Parts: sequence; C-alpha cells; structure tokens
Amino acid sequence: MPTFFEPKQIVTPGDLIAEGEYIAGENTYAEDKKIFASRTGLIEHDNKRVNVVALKAFYLPRAGDTVIGTVVEVGFNGWTIDINSPYKAFLRPADVLSRPFKPQKDELSQVLDIGDLVVAKIISYDRTHDPQITVAEPGLGKVTRGQIVKVTPTKIPRIIGRQGSMVSMIKEQTGCQIILGLNGVVLITGKTLEDEQLALMAIHKIEEESHTSGLTDRITQMLKEEKSKQEEKKDE
Amino acid sequence: MSEKPEKLIDKKGIRLDGRKPDELRSIKLEVGVIPNADGSAYIEQGKNKILAGVYGPREVHPKHLALQDRTLLKCRYHMAPFSVQERKSPAPSRREVELSKVIRESLEPSIFMEYYPRTMIEVFIEILQADGGTRCAAITAASLALADAGIPMRDLVVACAAGKADDTVVLDLMDEEDKQGKADVPVAFMPNLNAITLLQMDGKLTLEEFENAVNLAIDGCKKIYSMQKEALKAKYANVKEEAEE
Repeated sequence: MPTFFEPKQIVTPGDLIAEGEYIAGENTYAEDKKIFASRTGLIEHDNKRVNVVALKAFYLPRAGDTVIGTVVEVGFNGWTIDINSPYKAFLRPADVLSRPFKPQKDELSQVLDIGDLVVAKIISYDRTHDPQITVAEPGLGKVTRGQIVKVTPTKIPRIIGRQGSMVSMIKEQTGCQIILGLNGVVLITGKTLEDEQLALMAIHKIEEESHTSGLTDRITQMLKEEKSKQEEKKDE
Repeated sequence: MSEKPEKLIDKKGIRLDGRKPDELRSIKLEVGVIPNADGSAYIEQGKNKILAGVYGPREVHPKHLALQDRTLLKCRYHMAPFSVQERKSPAPSRREVELSKVIRESLEPSIFMEYYPRTMIEVFIEILQADGGTRCAAITAASLALADAGIPMRDLVVACAAGKADDTVVLDLMDEEDKQGKADVPVAFMPNLNAITLLQMDGKLTLEEFENAVNLAIDGCKKIYSMQKEALKAKYANVKEEAEE
C-alpha cells in the first residue's frame, strides 16, 4: 500500500498519489484502488484519507456556509446575488424585510440595489437547483462599510489558520473586524484606512504564500514591521 | 516563400531544421499568462506560438444551451490574421470550426463534466504564429489552461503529431514536412490513464508505418507531458523559494 508523495508536495491533475487501501479525499478520484489527483495542489494525509489541498479552485455552495455576495439583479420577487461561484444565488424579500413581503407596497430596489454587498448564509443547494441564501440571522445583512478582498476560495481555511490562529492574530494586530466568506470574499472593517490596508496586505501575502510553511510567524513579523513604519510616519 | 526543398531528410537522416527523425522541436510552456482569465497557458513549439485562455465554469448564455446533467464545454480555435505567411481572414474558416470541435472532443474525456451541471467552460485558443502541428500544441496548451483554472481533471491531455516525410516516419512535423510529407498523424493522449483522446490521419501509411507513427507520437506526448507538469508546478514553486529563504 504505497503512497507516492510526501505531505505538502505539489501534485498536478492525473498524478498517482496512492495505491491500495486508501480513501480518496478532496480533489482526488479513485480508479481500481488507485488514487489520482484531480487538481493542482498540495498533498495532505489524514489517516487513510488522502486529500489534495487545491492551489486554485472555485467555490461550490454548501448549505450552512457564510458567503459575501453582490446584488446583480433586482427581480419582482427577490434578488439575484453573485456569490463568486458558477451558480448565482437567490435571496427572498421576506428574509431581508423580516416581515411578509407585499409586492404592491415594497420597492425591492430601495432595500437592496444592484452593486450592494450582503453577508449571507446558504440555506439550500443541490445539483438541480440554484443556491438559496438568507440574511435573517444575527451578523448577516447588507455591508455598509469596509473593504472587500477576493481570494481563491480554497485559501480561506489558510487565512483562518489552525483553530483560527491566523485571523485572530490579524484582528489583534490591526484592530480590524474580518468576516470571511467561504466563497473567497473577505470583508475587512477597521477604525482607520491604515488599519484596513494593513489587514489587506496580510491577506494578500497569505494568498500568495499559502503553500509555504511558517506563514503565521512571517505574517506577524510583517504586520509588526509595517505598524512601526506607520507610527514613524505619524511622528514626523 | 522559399523554393520547395528537394528532400525533407538528407542522407544522414537529418531533417530540414536539423532534427533527428524522433526528435521534438524545442518547447516552452508557461502558465497563468492572462490575468483576466480564470486559467491560461502559452506554448511555443518550434515556431508555433499559441495562447489558450479558460473561463468558467460559469452561467450559460443563452440559457437554453445549458445541460442539466453536466457542464457544457465550448471551444474556439482561432488563427490570428498574421499567424501565417499569407494574411488569413479573421472570420472562422471551415478548418477552424472543425478544429474547434476536434479539440473540444479531445479535452472532454479529461474533465469531470458531470460535477457542474448547468454551467459552461469556455476555452479560447489563439494561434499567434503557425508552423505546423498547431492543433496538437493547442490541445497541450488548452489542457494546461484548464488545469490552471482549477477545473477538476482526470489527467492532463498532451498532443503530438507523427507522420511520414519522404519515406521515414518522423515525430512532430513542422510546416514544410506537413505540407510536402506523405502523411500526418496527430495524437492526443492522457499518459496516466494510457488513453488516446484524439487520433486523426491525413495521407497514406501502411499498417506497419501507422503503428510506428502512433507509438512515436505517444513517446513524444510523454516527453511533453513532463514539461506540462513542470510548467504547472513552476507557477507556485517560485513563490515558495522566495518565501522560504
């Protein structure tokens, strides 16, 4: 039962990863007890399960995920939201208004208009239906301020870090609020523009170097350096 | 254009551009060259220069073309007007439409089409400079661009042609060998699955010659395959080295 790659090694689609009693995990497929990679990524072993952590992928909706989307269409009975995925999501007015929706009285475009950003949760999605989202939960709803960054969706777990170590570190260092949409959209809200830019820099660095080791330490160091630089500027 | 050469292969068995019969042209591959595309690749194979861009999976327009059980793969092979000696009209010719279909069909088996129903994946292939064997180089680049876009695939598709120049079976025909040679056999291949996804023949070959040509082309494919993998890894390897200094 050999495996042909060490953890963290880069594989490309079609590479034979393991043979024998293994379970094909994320971004892999099995054929005759052989496990192959289906995306470019890094090998990860989890007992008998072999995963490939993709370096680039797109977001597939899953019920329960928090996502950040943009309104692209205001219809007669709801909004169409671009959630950075192959499928557009649908948002119903009753969830936004938190009361029954009356088509005669309510003007939907006054509540949410094209281009508005929303933090939402996916209620349902399957192969045959487009995803449905809701904002009727605490912490969800229209985005009023802050900055948006888009990253490859597979890198969101890296930004979160082990048990949230990476985000909480960035939050602590920059004093920003960070909402991570699992669809690869990140919302940063800070007290000042400088704080936001600092958090932005950190996230860009994580995205670029997500497949390297010792990243949390390097990000901490970078943030500290940048912070002291900013303070020097202020003093001048 | 220059005069017709009398012979495509000299007495020592060397071809017009100095290659041996089983030698590939020099190949350069690069991934992620178009920032606006979801995935892209560039290939230089001899004098061929080809750019491939991939978009998607995304919503299908017009909507009625959407397939309920799998993704729709769209493919456009296009030659730039300046890609050949005599200006080529930019409108798609019969040949280009056919090649688009043939390339699409050679890529389809490598993609997990059933993963993303009601979406489409678009592949755009632009031939910037042509010198024989563009369909093969285009498949190699397009497959790389698909992998770069993060589309789940069974394997990368590699393509390479073999053929007959004068009376010898040769690998990777260039323009003159293609036009004045006796036969051309393009082969697209998935090396890890050992599966052929495209096999065409133009000209006449005996059964034995045909077998030799296919085997030669597959050997060529395997060589290009390792370059493809390197190109895909190179995009990330550079960052890793810099960061871990």
